[in-house]
Amino acid sequence: MELSDRDLALVSAIGDGLPLVERPYLAIGEAVGMSEVEVIARIQAMKEAGIIRRFGIIVRHHELGFRANAMSVWDIPDDKVSEIGRRLGDSPEVTLCYRRPRRLPDWPYNLFCMVHGRDRPGVEQAITDLIQRHGLDGHGHAVLFSTRRFKQTGARYGRRKAAE
Amino acid sequence: MDDIDRRIINTFQGGFPIVERPFAAAARILGLDEADLIARVKALSEAGTISRFGPMWHAEKMGGGLTLTAMKVPEDRFDEVAAIVNSFPEVAHNYAREHALNMWFVVATERPGRIREVLDEIEARTGLAVHDMPKIEEFFVGLRFEA
Repeated sequence: MELSDRDLALVSAIGDGLPLVERPYLAIGEAVGMSEVEVIARIQAMKEAGIIRRFGIIVRHHELGFRANAMSVWDIPDDKVSEIGRRLGDSPEVTLCYRRPRRLPDWPYNLFCMVHGRDRPGVEQAITDLIQRHGLDGHGHAVLFSTRRFKQTGARYGRRKAAE
Repeated sequence: MDDIDRRIINTFQGGFPIVERPFAAAARILGLDEADLIARVKALSEAGTISRFGPMWHAEKMGGGLTLTAMKVPEDRFDEVAAIVNSFPEVAHNYAREHALNMWFVVATERPGRIREVLDEIEARTGLAVHDMPKIEEFFVGLRFEA
């Protein structure tokens, strides 16, 4: 799906979230010069095209009680990383899972999983369970807990067109 | 936060209705009334539990750039470097982590080519290397949290 200028105006208008009113799509439409029907149709189309991964509440996980988060990384041979990545991605403990490039010599790891939990021991236990269940002993591994969060705004889109 | 708030959060981290009266439709699913749901969502936003209520974008399908990057920042420069990095609107989040590579941030741009420009600008202004680690393969993007 190719986004039109009208789509981009809408993207910008909903990027910070919907107004919390009875008819939020009408309010958004008034701000960007569209009818409520058009706003609804365009948001639906973006959702069906997968441009919107999901539509609803975005929580602040820290405020919700998920005080610990670790980036758990492994160095997996390139011919095995996809299969192991799919298995880890299917595990309930894992909230995000990606293959990324190594950056030698500083960074030898190519498989990245995020594990969130209420406290540090819980996250450590979840990672130990993952290693056992998926037979990951023997692969290079590191766990990077976060110590401070500086910023969590989410990606912002649609301002390029708005600025032109 | 009570049980009803938890049900709201657990039910609508996705799948929020896109119809004329979405809060009325969502409230029916939860057995609430529309005004009560709106008031509760407002309170959760004001308390900071909800960051926003709307879309989670798919950066690549949007035609934009997205990457994860890491820097090795000397401890005594940490706050100064964090301030420079966070000053870029393209930096979506930034975490200190326990490793020699101790600052990790996500850069999201509207044009893929802008990623390199942002990283070059950060390197120029901090004098430190930025390791670019864009995803090669995506296995899971859940990021849902039980209240």
